[in-house]
Amino acid sequence: MNKQNYIPVIGLEIHIELKTKSKMFCQCNADYFGAEPNTHVCPVCLGLPGALPVPNKKAILWMQKIGSALGCELPKHSKFDRKHYSYPDLPKGYQISQYKEPFAINGEVLLVNPYLKGVEKKFHITRVHMEEDTAKLIHEGNSSLIDFNRSGVPLVEVVTEPDFTDATDVKAFLEELQVIVRYLGVSDADMEKGSMRLEPNISVRKPGKTELPNYKVEVKNINSFKFVKAAIDFEVKRQIEILEKGETPKQETRGYDDVHGGTYSQRSKEEAQDYRYFPEPDIPPFNFSNEYIDEVKKSLPELPSTRLNHFVKEYRLKPIDAFILTRDKKTADYFESIATNEHITNAGQTVANVIINKKISTSLSVEAFITEFLKLTKPIETNRALLDTTVSSILTANKKAVTEYKSGKVTVIMFLVGQVMREMKGRADASIVRKALEEKLQV
Amino acid sequence: MIENYIPPFDATVIKKYKDAGAILVGKTNEDAWGHGSSGENSDYEPARNPYDFTRVPGGSSSGSGAAVASGECLAATGTDTGSSVRLPAAFCNLVGLKPTYGRVSRYGIMAMASSFDTIGHMTHTVYDNAKVLEVTAGRDPYDATSSPLPVPKYTSHLERSVKRMKIGIPKEYFVSGIEAGVSKVTQEALDTFKKMGAIIEEVSLPHTDVAMACYYILVPSEVSSNLARFDGVRFGEKREVFGAEAKRRIMLGAYTLSSGYYDAYYLKAAKVRRLIKQDFEEVLQKVDVIVAPSSPSLPFKMGEKADDPLQMYLSDIFLCPINLAGVPSLNVPCGFVGELPVGLQIIGPHFKEELLYQVGHQFEKETEFYKKRPVL
Repeated sequence: MNKQNYIPVIGLEIHIELKTKSKMFCQCNADYFGAEPNTHVCPVCLGLPGALPVPNKKAILWMQKIGSALGCELPKHSKFDRKHYSYPDLPKGYQISQYKEPFAINGEVLLVNPYLKGVEKKFHITRVHMEEDTAKLIHEGNSSLIDFNRSGVPLVEVVTEPDFTDATDVKAFLEELQVIVRYLGVSDADMEKGSMRLEPNISVRKPGKTELPNYKVEVKNINSFKFVKAAIDFEVKRQIEILEKGETPKQETRGYDDVHGGTYSQRSKEEAQDYRYFPEPDIPPFNFSNEYIDEVKKSLPELPSTRLNHFVKEYRLKPIDAFILTRDKKTADYFESIATNEHITNAGQTVANVIINKKISTSLSVEAFITEFLKLTKPIETNRALLDTTVSSILTANKKAVTEYKSGKVTVIMFLVGQVMREMKGRADASIVRKALEEKLQV
Repeated sequence: MIENYIPPFDATVIKKYKDAGAILVGKTNEDAWGHGSSGENSDYEPARNPYDFTRVPGGSSSGSGAAVASGECLAATGTDTGSSVRLPAAFCNLVGLKPTYGRVSRYGIMAMASSFDTIGHMTHTVYDNAKVLEVTAGRDPYDATSSPLPVPKYTSHLERSVKRMKIGIPKEYFVSGIEAGVSKVTQEALDTFKKMGAIIEEVSLPHTDVAMACYYILVPSEVSSNLARFDGVRFGEKREVFGAEAKRRIMLGAYTLSSGYYDAYYLKAAKVRRLIKQDFEEVLQKVDVIVAPSSPSLPFKMGEKADDPLQMYLSDIFLCPINLAGVPSLNVPCGFVGELPVGLQIIGPHFKEELLYQVGHQFEKETEFYKKRPVL
């Protein structure tokens, strides 16, 4: 098998659960994690006859923020649709979702992740839409139980174009998305808790081909960042093996098995499932004003990629350090409030080093951090007379090192610096010690 | 399907009745799921017309019509999706309101076709009817399609005269196929309006001929969706329990929504619906109200149409178009052919129920047909 003969074609569907107080279409508490089953329920999210959905404005606003942060247009006109399928976790027999007119379309995300070998990569977002989560099925022995606490929790679906060609990019994109969503403060986007779920659509094609392969495989159950790469790599390899045999992989949904590390067939998708979408008659369509849409865009914080560039330029940080600091809005804010403090001048990179290397705890108040920081970076006063005598005695005591130095092995100087520093009990500036040693050795 | 299901919550309308001090007598019979025009699709026994036990009381709210007509209660509710309040009212000599879509909350009412359903009621007189709407109408935070428009005091509009009021008569509703007796009684009603000083004008609703086709695509589409929740998981019965009419509509609707057919059926019908709505809006700018027969026939014999769904559907031919348009319509007693009642519907602009009540009350004062009660 020759892996170079094939290029993966990967598109992503990512579900993100919003952390609004109430559910998408009713007033039930949306925070179901760890709650007693079927305690956060009402006629609406149980799908009882006669109950009607009333959309959660904040959830829609938050979804539009995600869309906007992913570079999408926010159409003025939008509506909900019903997506029909029969499954016990779907109490109404349909999911309220969006089909033809989602809240956000046509976006793009530029990855400036310095771990990606310094290459900037652009990925296209097809759409971002709003829907409701389903109930949770719990299988116990011969019975299946339904917990409706999750039913109706606001769920955002991000759909990308099939722009990805390897698992590393997918992981980097997913991490970027997680950081963005957390910046917006609209979701924990935690894969382990299920508040962020990835379903990649994977196929492979020969290099140079532009048309999409005539099949694709959707992979579900990737419940951790840890498994993203493994699941995709496994699936790509599996498909290449089938193609090498002259066959076409089946169009299907496969599950990822994190115990055995492979994917297994879940559901055949030979014929596309017919969801019989039609406009949700219980919710009037939306007409957003230009002012509203402008407000949504203006409400976005400085996003991580912009902030990264800003940190590099403004505080002269190494891109890698700016990247690390901007991964978390709290850390970035903390860094910035210190770097811009009146007691700190031109010390952005030093502040960054101290934070990244955890030399001072970032749990301190900004003021306390600065006090510690100034103490830490205060130059050590070196006693000149003591230094001279110490240098002399160390050189005398380490004849072998001196000889080595003089014969060209200059790195041995660090050993000598260490010796002097130890002798002076650290009360000397290492660079001054080095200079003194070098002067003596030149003689 | 839901015989043993007891709702754990009250519909908004029920809550409003209770808060207003109404005494709730009980639940009434109907065509199962509101699917029918005669009451014969009941999962129990069909209700009968109090004016003639061999005839149907009209459906789908057959029990509500029979109960009010026979004096068992003063008012009864119904969901008018295509005819279900007005037809029983017409067949049982009652005042029956199909309010403007969005005027009365649908919360808690079993949905038939969500974009058509209106929560109405039947009473003996127009005053009673207006009084009830004052209670049930209004914005409901639990129904996103309910209107925030203020609710007028409908009963204070009743005594206004209809003099010089323009009443439109749609020519498409006065066609051959109307039973002679119904036609004669309707003509007498128009003469009464003229005598009262109203101006009768012929108008045209040009898309009337495609209204039923449009209705029977869109309504089953929504029905198939709304009945999907009765999937055998939660309500104790399997889907086999659905009656023939429900199965027929579920299959029709699933078909018209399926990919490959959606554009030809659902989408096309949705466009036609817009044209029908425009027909009404345009005419109602020229005239104050539209008046037309509620049914082309008298209450028909039990069993007469039960085996012919198409004939059954056509008994609503004058009523369904109004639900496509979403405008309000009020059936008032129009007279009798022998011992059998005839109904007349008064149709007005969106959210102008007070106009319907005004016209209806003035007509009622002049004719007093409501006084003729069934002999039981």
